[in-house]
Amino acid sequence: MATVRFENIRKSFGAFTAVEDANIEVGDGEFVCLLGPSGCGKTTSLRMIAGLETPTSGRVLIGDRDVTHLHPRDRRISMVFQDYALYPHMNLADNIAYPLKVRGESEADRHRRAREVADILKIGHLLERMPSQISGGQQQRTSLARALVYPSDVYLFDEPLSNLDAKLRLEARGFLNHLQRDLGMTAIYVTHDQAEAMALATRIAVMDAGRIVQYAPPLEVYRRPATTFVANFVGNPPMNLLPVEAQISEGMLTCHAEGLSLEPLPLSRAATAALQTGSRLTLGIRPEHLGIANGADRNAIAGKLFANENMGPEALVTLERADTERLTARIFTDDILRLGTTVSLTFDTAHVHLFGPDGARLPFDGEERP
Amino acid sequence: MNRQFRLFASRMGFSVLTALIGAGFALPLIWFLFAPFNARAELGIAIPDPFTLSNFAEVFRNGFALRGLLNSLVESVGGVILVGLGATLASYALSRSPIPGKRAITYVLLLFSSVVSGSAAMVPIFLIVTALRLIDTQLAVVLVFAGGLMPTAMFILRDFIDGIPRSYEESAMVAGASPLQAFFDVALPVIRPGIVVIVVWAFVNIWGSFLIPFILLRSSEKMPASVAIYSFYSEAGTPVVTLLAAYSLLYSLPVIALYLFVSWKFGFRFFGGIKA
Repeated sequence: MATVRFENIRKSFGAFTAVEDANIEVGDGEFVCLLGPSGCGKTTSLRMIAGLETPTSGRVLIGDRDVTHLHPRDRRISMVFQDYALYPHMNLADNIAYPLKVRGESEADRHRRAREVADILKIGHLLERMPSQISGGQQQRTSLARALVYPSDVYLFDEPLSNLDAKLRLEARGFLNHLQRDLGMTAIYVTHDQAEAMALATRIAVMDAGRIVQYAPPLEVYRRPATTFVANFVGNPPMNLLPVEAQISEGMLTCHAEGLSLEPLPLSRAATAALQTGSRLTLGIRPEHLGIANGADRNAIAGKLFANENMGPEALVTLERADTERLTARIFTDDILRLGTTVSLTFDTAHVHLFGPDGARLPFDGEERP
Repeated sequence: MNRQFRLFASRMGFSVLTALIGAGFALPLIWFLFAPFNARAELGIAIPDPFTLSNFAEVFRNGFALRGLLNSLVESVGGVILVGLGATLASYALSRSPIPGKRAITYVLLLFSSVVSGSAAMVPIFLIVTALRLIDTQLAVVLVFAGGLMPTAMFILRDFIDGIPRSYEESAMVAGASPLQAFFDVALPVIRPGIVVIVVWAFVNIWGSFLIPFILLRSSEKMPASVAIYSFYSEAGTPVVTLLAAYSLLYSLPVIALYLFVSWKFGFRFFGGIKA
């Protein structure tokens, strides 16, 4: 096992810059998720660690070794591909044992090791089959087995669960989580599924348009998103973002918007000083932090009921506000709400997020600037 | 009633028409199967009476005819090896490497190849081969065929290789393979069905070709079978049908054998990808 470091990595394809100014350090035994929408540069970043792409500038280090220009085979890494990349002309045993074959191990050793790993992954009974004769979940395990059959410094995963159906994905996710903690492997995992990143990662690197916008533990990303992009990307349903106008009086900030009543927010002194009355800010509230208001609540926001979706344990209530923006709340209620009526939702200011005109988080009093 | 009759008539008409077309294809084949075993074969179809192998005995006594078959084999195998090897390596490189304008290269080559292997370019080819002092050598024939068939082979194979995910070789390299190992262990076996198609196609093309060896070769002992057939005439100038029939059958056997072998060994099936 080893650490991985990205130093000022930049990667461009012609005029297009896929990754810019990336700096990451992955600790020994850490499970880091690269999270972002498609085209944000997360897979390119992973492929640079694997050696399948060469950075335009910057350095990649695995442990103390500068591997920036090393061939993939010299990097002591394992990788699980999104399409699994199982060799269709080899049976599972040969597929799993292929890394041992290129290392020149004897056939007996290869097959013994392949069997051991396959047994751990519960595909030991399938070793004689061809890849086309097994299910998607079994193919996924086979490619995992091939990555685990030899010791590596770093394990790379490129959306390994995205081709599985929902139920299998949950199962595989739990299994992967257990396996990584159990073996203490250093893992870097690319995904566009924020739930997967939250569940697996020790730290998440959220990427947007080639840049790493936040690199922090999952709960930190959830509780203190660094930008409106992160706020909107992490969480399901995503965080509600409302445009508000700032008013500063006597060093206190109040936010104004139609149908919104909000007491002054305890923004940090420095952050408040940088704002003026009339600044356009973004107020963020997660759907799970909204509740139905009973009468004249102080911190509340009103809108017309647009949709009411009952999911079983909770209901998703969507309000449409005058300016066609929508607001979603996760509410634990059996109350029947009529569409079109005006509903008021209330919240605790402790769960409010505020973002500046550039979309960056404004720190509250006592909160470190991320 | 009227409508039913019309339907019936049109069905009948269609059946008769297809039967006639079918017969048009079947009659030469029937002749081709019967005539070699008939000592008095003519151009009409006749059931041999008695069945005899005397025509074949005659062919096997004819050294020129037998050498023709051997020459055909030399040219075809030589050409197939060149085309198979060259097209595989070239199309793999064209598919996998980031050469700018690689599509244009293939299209231009494809365009020229249809000119090169056609009869229009016969004179320049003849002049080039003469200048290279390769006139009347098997090598000239092999080279001209390889040059003519290679672009099409590359085109077909490159498309085939484009359809194979790069992650196969990438995963092999991450697992510790050198690029060469990744090619031979993983890429080549997956590409093999495509290569087989190319090989069969090139073999049939060269085996059946008449014009190029006819023009580039002089000495009769170097002529392939396709040209040798041309010489089965009596002194009076009439074709020797018995000999011709037996020889034609022998001439077509390698192609049939190749098809059977390939379909038995590879089944003309592709591995393609794996459905996830």
